[in-house]
Amino acid sequence: MDPVTPSLDVAGLAFAYPDGHQALFGVDLRIERGERVALLGPNGAGKTTLVLHLNGILTGGAGTVKVAGLPVGKQHMAEIRRRVGIVFQDPDDQLFMPTVREDVAFGPAAAGMKGPELEARVRKALEQVGMAEFAERPPHHLSFGQRRRVAVATVLAMEPEILVLDEPSSNLDPASRRELADILRSLDVTVLMVTHDLPYALELCPRSVILSEGAITADGATAELLSDDELMRAHRLELPFGFDPRSVSAPTR
Amino acid sequence: MGAGHAHRLYRHGHSPVHRLPPHTKLAAVFAFVVVVVSTPREAMWAFGLYAVLLGVVAYVARVPSGFLLKRLLIEVPFVAFAVLLPFVAQGERVDVLGLSLSVNGLWGAWNVLAKGTLGVAASVLLAATTELRELLLGLQRLKLPPLLVQIASFMIRYGDVITDEMRRMKIARESRGFEASGIRHWGVLAKSAGALFIRSYERGERVHLAMLSRGYAGTMPVIDEVTATRAQWSSALALPCTALVVCLLGWTL
Repeated sequence: MDPVTPSLDVAGLAFAYPDGHQALFGVDLRIERGERVALLGPNGAGKTTLVLHLNGILTGGAGTVKVAGLPVGKQHMAEIRRRVGIVFQDPDDQLFMPTVREDVAFGPAAAGMKGPELEARVRKALEQVGMAEFAERPPHHLSFGQRRRVAVATVLAMEPEILVLDEPSSNLDPASRRELADILRSLDVTVLMVTHDLPYALELCPRSVILSEGAITADGATAELLSDDELMRAHRLELPFGFDPRSVSAPTR
Repeated sequence: MGAGHAHRLYRHGHSPVHRLPPHTKLAAVFAFVVVVVSTPREAMWAFGLYAVLLGVVAYVARVPSGFLLKRLLIEVPFVAFAVLLPFVAQGERVDVLGLSLSVNGLWGAWNVLAKGTLGVAASVLLAATTELRELLLGLQRLKLPPLLVQIASFMIRYGDVITDEMRRMKIARESRGFEASGIRHWGVLAKSAGALFIRSYERGERVHLAMLSRGYAGTMPVIDEVTATRAQWSSALALPCTALVVCLLGWTL
């Protein structure tokens, strides 16, 4: 593929829910291939609404979304959903099959893959998140961190163009949090990470954008955004007690 | 599949009965029950032979008799009324231990008890040698409507999640000093049940969203195809075929 085609290109995206509540007011966002970007913003800023537009669950507003050059629309919805891998916040919502293996196989199998090719794909995705030996377990017998990792694998199995994570660090203990960070760093895929966890954003994403009141209000290096006290205060973003973004060396990739 | 984590009706093992494909076992148990039910109740020896047949299956499956008998207790509430039949039924009466019992009622009670016990024993054996997950695959293979199979599979997956939610709500109630001790508290319990329903319903919506995001288009992809050889079919059907011979003898003798 042409290296200059961005993984994700959102232009002028506006959306109002059927009840009249307008959630997005013209969002523009371009993410290049291989970038890791954090999407920050206070509660109710429209983050989830934006995410659900990326794979066409929500449509019908103004503006366009293109994934690796392909516009999101009815005619190639299956391909769009393969290209955009969304990892939802609650792994119990994401893992709906009776065993881990079947859950990871769900996406590729829905796309028509079967037999040894499917098995190989499942094994590879589970190995990428270090969960290969749990393939035959039912998801509800795993720890929360393990479930989150399997949820990532279910999406990786579709070999997506862009991985979208909704609050990936929520409810994780520090060890699981670090393990997930290691996994995400090891993947060679474009990542958009929706989060409130600012240190996590700094650790993983060289670039951040702030979504506030339905529009992108800031876009830049994560360390710079987090160090801008005025900007942070204006958007109800707060660093944890004692955390100073200037004191840690952020990855630049 | 998930040794040590399986359903408590299941008994992990590697016997020839465990290895049979699930749909052959389902068909065999169903045919066996039909044959047993159509046996005349006067042929008491036939029911003895059926019990011996199930004993042989249990022996081959290495299911200990204690395990089997304990799980048979489940039928007690269902056959309790059979015990009443000899007392309430009309017609010719006999005296047993000073009690006047109806002959018709005695036959009726025997009929319910014998057929019920054999049916439950066959089902317990099926459940002890087949995992829930496999049973679903078997039902799918036997062309049960896919929607029913999907509903059953979600019940298995989310049963624990919802029970857990219920337990947390109970703890939350009790932590605030509530104890259900009488009819006046039923209102609170009813409201909890309603809240649980709404939570589960909303979870259903989120799960559906996650399924759509991975390319679900109304049908579950086939991930595991279960197939049976002629030999496997014939060993599974040996049980109902032998039973059929016994049944025919019961009608003719």
